[in-house]
This record gives sequence, C-alpha cells and structure tokens, in this order.
Amino acid sequence: MIPEPASGGVSPAAYRVIGKALPRFDVADKVRGTTQYAADWQLPGMLVGRVLRSIYPCARIRRLDVARARALPGVAAVLTAGDLPRNGVEEDPTGAGLLRFTTPVLADGVVRYQGEPVAIVAAATDAAARAALAAIEVEYEPLPGVHDAEAAARRGAERVHDGRDNVFVHWKLRRGDVETGFRGAAAVVERTYRTQRVDHAYLEPEAGVAWVEADGVVTVRASSQVVEHFRALAEILGLPHNRVRVIAPFLGGGFGGKEDMTAEPYVAALAWATGRPVRMVWDRAESLLARPKRHAFVMRYKTGAARDGSLVAQEISLLADAGPYPLLSPRVLFAALVTGAGPYCVPHVRIDARAVFTNNVPASAMRGFGAMQVTFAYEAQMDLLAAALGMSPAAIRERNFLRKGDRLPTGEAASTYVALPELLRRAQDALGEPSRPSGPGARVGRGIACNMQPYGRTVWFQDRASAWLGFEADGSLVIRAGVPDLGGGQAASLAQIAAEVLGVSVERIRVHVGDSALTPLTGGTFATRQLYMSGNAALCCARELRAGIAPVAASLLEAAEADLEFADDHAGVAGAPDRCVPLARVVAECARRGVPVSRLSTFQGERSAPPDLETGQGRTFPDYTYGCHAAEVEVDVETGATRLLKYVACHDVGRAINPQSVAGQIQGGAAMGIGQALGEEIALEAGVNLTTLFANYLMPVAPDLPDIQAIAVESGEGRGPFGARGIGEPPTGPPLAAIASAIADATGARPLELPITPERVFRALAERAGTNEGR
Amino acid sequence: MSVSPAASREYPERAALRFVLNGRPVDVWAAPQETLLAVLRDTLGATEVKYGCGEGVCGTCTVLLDGAPINACLTLGVHAQGRTVTTVRGLASPAGATGAAADGMHPLQRAFVAHEAAQCGFCTPGMLLTAYAFLEKHPHPTRAEIRAALGGNLCRCTGYARIVDAVEACVRARPGREDVLRDP
Repeated sequence: MIPEPASGGVSPAAYRVIGKALPRFDVADKVRGTTQYAADWQLPGMLVGRVLRSIYPCARIRRLDVARARALPGVAAVLTAGDLPRNGVEEDPTGAGLLRFTTPVLADGVVRYQGEPVAIVAAATDAAARAALAAIEVEYEPLPGVHDAEAAARRGAERVHDGRDNVFVHWKLRRGDVETGFRGAAAVVERTYRTQRVDHAYLEPEAGVAWVEADGVVTVRASSQVVEHFRALAEILGLPHNRVRVIAPFLGGGFGGKEDMTAEPYVAALAWATGRPVRMVWDRAESLLARPKRHAFVMRYKTGAARDGSLVAQEISLLADAGPYPLLSPRVLFAALVTGAGPYCVPHVRIDARAVFTNNVPASAMRGFGAMQVTFAYEAQMDLLAAALGMSPAAIRERNFLRKGDRLPTGEAASTYVALPELLRRAQDALGEPSRPSGPGARVGRGIACNMQPYGRTVWFQDRASAWLGFEADGSLVIRAGVPDLGGGQAASLAQIAAEVLGVSVERIRVHVGDSALTPLTGGTFATRQLYMSGNAALCCARELRAGIAPVAASLLEAAEADLEFADDHAGVAGAPDRCVPLARVVAECARRGVPVSRLSTFQGERSAPPDLETGQGRTFPDYTYGCHAAEVEVDVETGATRLLKYVACHDVGRAINPQSVAGQIQGGAAMGIGQALGEEIALEAGVNLTTLFANYLMPVAPDLPDIQAIAVESGEGRGPFGARGIGEPPTGPPLAAIASAIADATGARPLELPITPERVFRALAERAGTNEGR
Repeated sequence: MSVSPAASREYPERAALRFVLNGRPVDVWAAPQETLLAVLRDTLGATEVKYGCGEGVCGTCTVLLDGAPINACLTLGVHAQGRTVTTVRGLASPAGATGAAADGMHPLQRAFVAHEAAQCGFCTPGMLLTAYAFLEKHPHPTRAEIRAALGGNLCRCTGYARIVDAVEACVRARPGREDVLRDP
C-alpha cells in the first residue's frame, strides 16, 4: 500500500495549486506560433554560419586550404582549428579524477568520425556560405579506422587515439561473491543483449545566433540544455568567463542531445571573429549524421535464482560504443552500472561497465542515460528465470522487488518508498481483457517491465541550483531561474510552486528562464534534475520570501502569523474570509517599512565523495523513480510485423506538481522507448552513416501508436518539492523490455537485439521452427 | 574580407510574387529555386513556420495552400503566386473568415492548450494546420481516423494521445445537432 505522504504530512487535498492540471503559459504561446525559438531570432546585418564536415569516418588531413573560400564574395570568415584561441577545453568527463581529455572544436590534422566539423564559415547569405564550404580544399588520407566496439575493446586492437587505450572508462561494482551466489541457484540464465544507436530527433534542429555586445560580451542565444556552457565558450575564445553570455530560449526538444554543446562554439567563434551577428541552423541531415547518439550497448547477463524465485547472483558485462570522444559516456556508463541489476534485491553482484572509443558517430546523453538500455536486459532475464522456474513474470518480480531500506548493489540503501508492487498491479490491471487475434496468422502476447531511473546528478558533482523571486508593486510576481525549458513545463512548474506558497495566481506570475547573465544559475536541464533542483530552489525561495513578508501582512490584518493564509492574490486570515488584504497592499507596506520583497535562494543537493572505484560501494545518486509498464502486441507470424495494441505506463512520481504535464512526460517518454523497441536505428557501415534522412529513420507517427495510458502514483516520498520525483527520463526504458516480452509471449521467440524489426521476428520464428528450441 | 549585399548577385532572376498570407496580400521577390518555407521565414519573417527536415517527412513546416495542407519545404515559393497561404497565425481568422476570438485563438488552439497537446511546441503549428484542414473536410471523424490524418506530422514529445484528444474535442456535433465547433 502507498503510505501517507512523508513531506510535511500534507495530503494532496490540502494544496490549492500543486496537483492541479493548470494550462501552461508557454503552451498558449506555442499554439499561437509566437514563441521565438533559437532559429527564429534575427538581428540586423546577421550573417549565415555553416560547418564543413568530414566526409570520412577516419582520415588524416593532408592539406586544408581556405584561401579560395575566404576570397569569395559575401564571405566574412572561414575558420579552422588554428584560428581559435583554444581548440577545446580539457575536462575530466568522469568527474572522479580518472581521465583528462580535450575534445577538439574543429578537427586538427585528423578526423575521427564522419561529419566531424573541419571548418566553419560565415557569409552574407546561405548561398554564399554554401559556396564557401564548396571552395574549401581538403585533401584527406582515408584510414581504415575502428568501427566495431567489441573488436575495439580487445587487446591489441587498432587505436582510435595514439597513446590511449580504446577502453577509456571501466566502472566496477563488486558486492558479495557471485560464485558463491551461483552455487545456490536452482536456475541460471545467460544471454547477450544488444541495443542500437538511436537519435534524439527533436524536431528543432541545432540552432543558434551569436553577437558581440557593445561592451564586448559575446552573447549566444542557442537551443541548449545548459546555459553554463558560457564558461567553456569563454575558454575557447580566450575571454574571461564573464565576457560570454548564453541565452537558452524555449527549446524545440532536447532529450539530452543539446546537453553537450551543439552550434554554440561555432556561432560564438564566427561572431567573435567577424564582430557581426551570425546565425547557424543545422540541416536535419547534419543532425542525423554527426550529432552524438544514444549509445549502442552489448550486455552479457548471467543471472541465477533459487527455487522460490529469489535472485542469488547477477554477473553483468556492459560495453558501450562511445565513438571517438568521451563526451558524457563515463557518466552514462556509471548510471548503467548502478542500475544494471534492476530494481531488485540481489545479494551477489558483479558488474563491469566499459565505454570504448571507435570511429563511429559519437554517443553521449540521451533521455534514459544508460539506465534505460539495461532495462532491456535485466527484465528479459527475469522472464527467462520465471519460465525456467515455472513462475509467472509478475510473481518472480514481486519476490525480488527492492523495498525502502534495502541495500542497492552499491551498498547504499533505497532511501525512499518503493511502490513497485502497487505499480505492477496497476499496470497489469489497466491492460484489461486480452485482445483477440485479428486473423489466423496473428498472435497476441503481453509483457511487463519494471525499472528504476535515477533523478539528479551523482552526489560527487555536488549539485546546486538557485532561484530569485520578487514581488512587483502591483502584487504580481517575477521568477528568475537559469532553467532551460525543453518543453516539459520546466518554467511553468516553478510558477505553480511559487503560486502554492505565496498565494499569487499563476496568471500573475512571469517566469524568466535560461539566461546565464540575468537569471540565477540552476544547472542544466538534464539528468531528470530540474524539478528536483530548481523546483526545490524555487520552493525554498518562496518560503523564505513568505516568511519575510508575513509579519507585515500579520500586522496589517491584526492577526497572528500562524493564522495567515496566502491565496487568490491576497493575504488573509484562515477561517475568516472577510479578513484579507490584496498582496499589492502587503508589498506597498513592506516598501514603506523597508522589508525586502525579493529574494535569492540556493538549494544545495547532497554532497559526497565518489564511491570506491574498485567495488562501486558508496553513495551515488540522490534517489530513483520506479515504474512498471505493460504492453500487449499482435505479431503477424507470416510477415514478422508487430502491432502495438495496448500500452500502460505506470510510475510513482512522488507528487504530481501538474498531473497533466506529468502524464505528458510519461506518454512521450514511453513513445520514445517504443520507437527504439520497434523501429528506430542509426545504421552505420564502417562508420558511414546510412540514415541521414527522416525518410529512413523510422520514428512512430500517430497511427503507429495506441493511446498510451499513463498512470501516476503519488507516494509523496520524492526528494523534489512537495515530495515529487523526477519523471523526464524514467518512462523511456521499460518499453524496450515490455514489448520484447510481449513478442516473446506471442511467438515463443525472444528478441535479444533491438530494434525488433519484422525481419528479425521473421528470422527468429523461422529459426525456432527449424530447431524447435524453447524460448 | 569584404561583405557585399550579395543577394541580387546570387538570385539574378528573382521574380515578383504576389499571394495572400493570412488574409493579407503580400508582394515579395523570390528566386525560382527558393522554397515557400524560405520565402515565408526569411523574406516575410513568418517564423511560426518551422524547418524540421527539409525532405517532406516530418510535416513541421506544414502550411495551408488554398486551404490544403502542404509541406512548405518541398513547395517552391513561386507556386504560391496568386493563391492563399495560411500559417498558424492565420488560424484564428483564416482568409475570408471574420471575427477572431478575443484571445486570438481558434477552438483547436484552445483545445491544444486545455489538453496540453503541445510540449516543446515545435511540431504544433504544422500539427494544428493539418488537423484544421482535416476537420474542415471530415467533420465527424473517429479517433482512428484522426490518428491516420495526423500520420504526416511527427511529434517527438507527446506520444500523440493528447493531440488526438484535442482534435477529438473539436469534432463538430453530429448531423441533426447544431453544426458548430464545440469548445473544449
């Protein structure tokens, strides 16, 4: 059963604004077409920026001559690696002191993936910019390169970087002794699973405008999840950090793909070099060709269970193809490490999580961030063990679910309520009566999948977020927070939180977000951290602001502070509806008495040292969001085609600040996972990208999907404001496993590799018919 | 490095183009190879029309040409000569129609807000125009028919259910009842 809410003991009914499906202010602008996205920004005299990209996945640059391009009419600048004050910033992508690496902004003497930026141009028109790209002379010496992650990880493999091992990160988790564990197993299953490379495919391609202000500040207004990139941009341009400003307008989708910089360094460098405003918008083909993708994983799982279904040991090896640069791979692999054993109690666990350099397109952050790929594997293992032990998929999961207080494989305790039994029951119930096959060649099957996904950054990053709230003289409220809004309602949720505490109606709140110079920094919108971090910052700030003005309101009302109620743009006395004053009156009185009506607050997340590097034991993520999905599919055994008939996605969201936005995150995240399960793939052949068009990158469209039923359970036990948990990433993982299990249930053939195309199902059925092997 | 206003040099054969945009006549110069998307966004500043893929797959750049949804990225600007073009900003009061609502929204737009059928909002202008044109021709669709009608417009945020909900909320009353757009 779901316990009583933990945060403050306030039941949802006690909230006036939290938990209400209020219309989002940004959606009203978006439907009118008035939202100014990155590419919609125009400035007088603005130039067009473009990128020259490598045509080879691996090659030495023998000669690079830009003289002819620079001489063309209308061309303002052509820049190569040597023209930048610094061609990249040295970073430790592990955050734990394990690696130093500088990813080049522009290729310098060698290209390591197809589409790598080699030179950039700024010109008066797009035609002139394209002509300049065509006039740049590059002589390549193509090299074979390294394109297979497993081969690249072997000893003696050709190296992607001279003097560096291809395996550049290897996280280890050791708990108990797996050999001992497996000796007590009644059933052991061992399989290798493969997930593919996929693209974020946000509908807004990478874009930005940069200009130099009169005071010399280089300003970049770009579609970015992280305004804090201003520091890296300053390093690249050789400027003090306070001379670069990044503005993130509302994004046309991010999904992790705009967490690393995209167009920012290129437009910034071109504006810096020319002194003119420059706009750069990447073509869809550029985006599909060269932007970092979701990592393809190879996952070897050996899992043992006792006769009663209790898991005894898991031995797991994870290998991810990172492409030629580390980017966020170490962190992706760390999330995979910590969640690799699933939301289950396992006494003996051994996990090795490695990322390897190749000359394939880079991989980095994407919604789900390593914790989603492993769902495909650990949930299939649960089904296989259930079959081996004669249990139902639900029963074996119920036997092993984590509970609050249980130890994770990292040795730390699950610190908040784990609603998995309730989530499983609700997801299964919501699927309803089984559908009947639509024809003689049709088979209907069902699958379930549970998961855990961290929200918030690993604790050794010592995460923090700030927010500023201030009243205007008319009693309206301004919120300033550096949050980039990706479309998930990040800005609107802050207004809803402030409205709850301060009694200002949401229509009277203006939220300014995403400006590194003018809004307090919150950290980027990634790692499902924004509601948790900036939401808590806004909540702290609102409470402190209220505490500051409350004595003034109390004296105006001749009431005790404890009896005050802030609601409907008034301060009043609880239980006495006629005793109230408008907030504007309170603000005026504060001004008269010199009481501040604005405030800056910072929320500091948990801080801790990195875990033990040999065993993975220690503190890792602040908390997790748990979920259970259920799918029903129909497979045509003559063609191998799968149709998704029903889909339920159930998560404990802690507390839904705006239930409509929460359900939207669940539905959209599930749809993204469904796309990865059934169709999407960035296909490479020796590093050459074969899928640079939407025409052959197959995402779900409306007729492909049933109505995804989102169920939000509210345990009240999250670490976010009002007990909320993060919900941005958690729904993406379970579809991989739920759909695979449903197909296995329908056909008897278990998919071990994604995407589950009709061809793969057909082959698996043919093989099964040939060998008559059990699933 | 000198920068010249090179536009006239690059497009030596630009043609005068006249069409009706959201109810108002516009006169622009356009090169024969310029797409309608480029004419609308770059020349006329109609940035509510979005570039999504440039290959006619995602539907993000959808506008109405004489009331019919088309991909502006695959249509040449010169094809709009003498015709009417409607973008999402013209939806509240399409060419010929009168009496825009006080909030400047068409009932479909209002339904999109009420159902939170937009998240990032980038597909939304195209999605709205496709839905509008569909409902004009098919006032009584089923849910499955709505889904099929939206099949040419990609959305990466919502999973579509909310969009279908919003469109369904605007389905005209059945024959025999008052034939008006129902407010959500």
